[in-house]
Amino acid sequence: MSERVPVLRIGDVLLVSIQMDLEDQTVMDLQEDLAERIVATGARGVVIDITAVEIVDSFVGRMLATTASISRMLDAETVVVGMRPAVAITLVELGLSLGGVRTALDLEKGLAILRRRSGLPDADPA
Amino acid sequence: MVGPDFSERLANLLSADGGRLAEAWVERVSTSLRNRMSTVELDRELRELYDALVEALRRGAGGVHDENFSEVRALLTEISRNRARQGFTPGETAVSVFALKEVLEPGLTSGSSADIGAYLRLSRLLDEFGLFTMEAYSQTREEIISAQAEQLLELSTPVVKIWDGVIAVPLVGTLDSARTQVVMEKLLQALVDTGSEQAIIDITGVPAVDTQVAQHLLKTIVAARLMGAECTVSGIRPQIAQTIVALGIEFGDIVTKASLADALRHALGRTGASVVAKAGERR
Repeated sequence: MSERVPVLRIGDVLLVSIQMDLEDQTVMDLQEDLAERIVATGARGVVIDITAVEIVDSFVGRMLATTASISRMLDAETVVVGMRPAVAITLVELGLSLGGVRTALDLEKGLAILRRRSGLPDADPA
Repeated sequence: MVGPDFSERLANLLSADGGRLAEAWVERVSTSLRNRMSTVELDRELRELYDALVEALRRGAGGVHDENFSEVRALLTEISRNRARQGFTPGETAVSVFALKEVLEPGLTSGSSADIGAYLRLSRLLDEFGLFTMEAYSQTREEIISAQAEQLLELSTPVVKIWDGVIAVPLVGTLDSARTQVVMEKLLQALVDTGSEQAIIDITGVPAVDTQVAQHLLKTIVAARLMGAECTVSGIRPQIAQTIVALGIEFGDIVTKASLADALRHALGRTGASVVAKAGERR
């Protein structure tokens, strides 16, 4: 049994912070968990934080794209945040441009994008 | 290869009248270099080399890559480098080495046939030495060139922050894959460091854009987009715009602007800032 990536809920946004090396099984589990949680919580947005991810392969790259597609099917916008330069270069060299995935530099900017999308005020209500 | 008995004979030949031979060598070389080098220095250099050669032969050295010739090789490399620095051609350096043959020639008339055989071997050895100085010369050049290329790479790719959330990379000079790689890495790192969401790649200083350069640019832009930043390409000169279209390169939905000023205005607009001229303060 491999480790599972936690899916956290903040308001109507789900936060997936990947803090481990991604194995194929982890990725599959994550997709499953995320789809279930979106349906269960009625989330409108998903933020995938990959700040801690240092190594990617084409499988992980494709996973990001499919996860985004799945979320969109369930009416939740996905934003991938915190991609490292080396990871970005790798993905480009692999020919993966993640066409349908929104990206942001960090978590804060990612959440701002989702807020703008859902028509909520830009500033944090708190 | 020089056999052990030959090298022994050679060593004897060279050391028998060593002082005079070395002197003749120095004289000949200094004439061939037309006194562009001080005789004292030349004398020291060549005598050192001569002694090392005799010593190596005495120990029974074979070819130029033989272990016993390590000192000779080191001396040759040093001479070659010094000469290159002083502006002598590699040919002149090699000729200096070959000059030793001519010095030995007069001694042959009285020598036995074994001596002539030994001389021929030595001549072959000296040929190898000459080639060795040539190699050392080109190697030194290679080192200098690659060091300079590296320096150039660092010099020519600054990433500057021109506004809050806007960075710019003014590219100057020809783009190749190595340079683009550096630009790409620096740009992406700068995006992270400054938290900028807008990047401007200014290609005013790029003399020509071909498919390869365009490919590199596109890669950089896609990578920046993956990180959540937007890139604007600016400084596209009329001829370059024509070339890009003629080559059939698709920039797709990438924003391109004619000048850096336009790109900055666009980037500021995207970050939510706008440039407004105050009434009455127009120049």
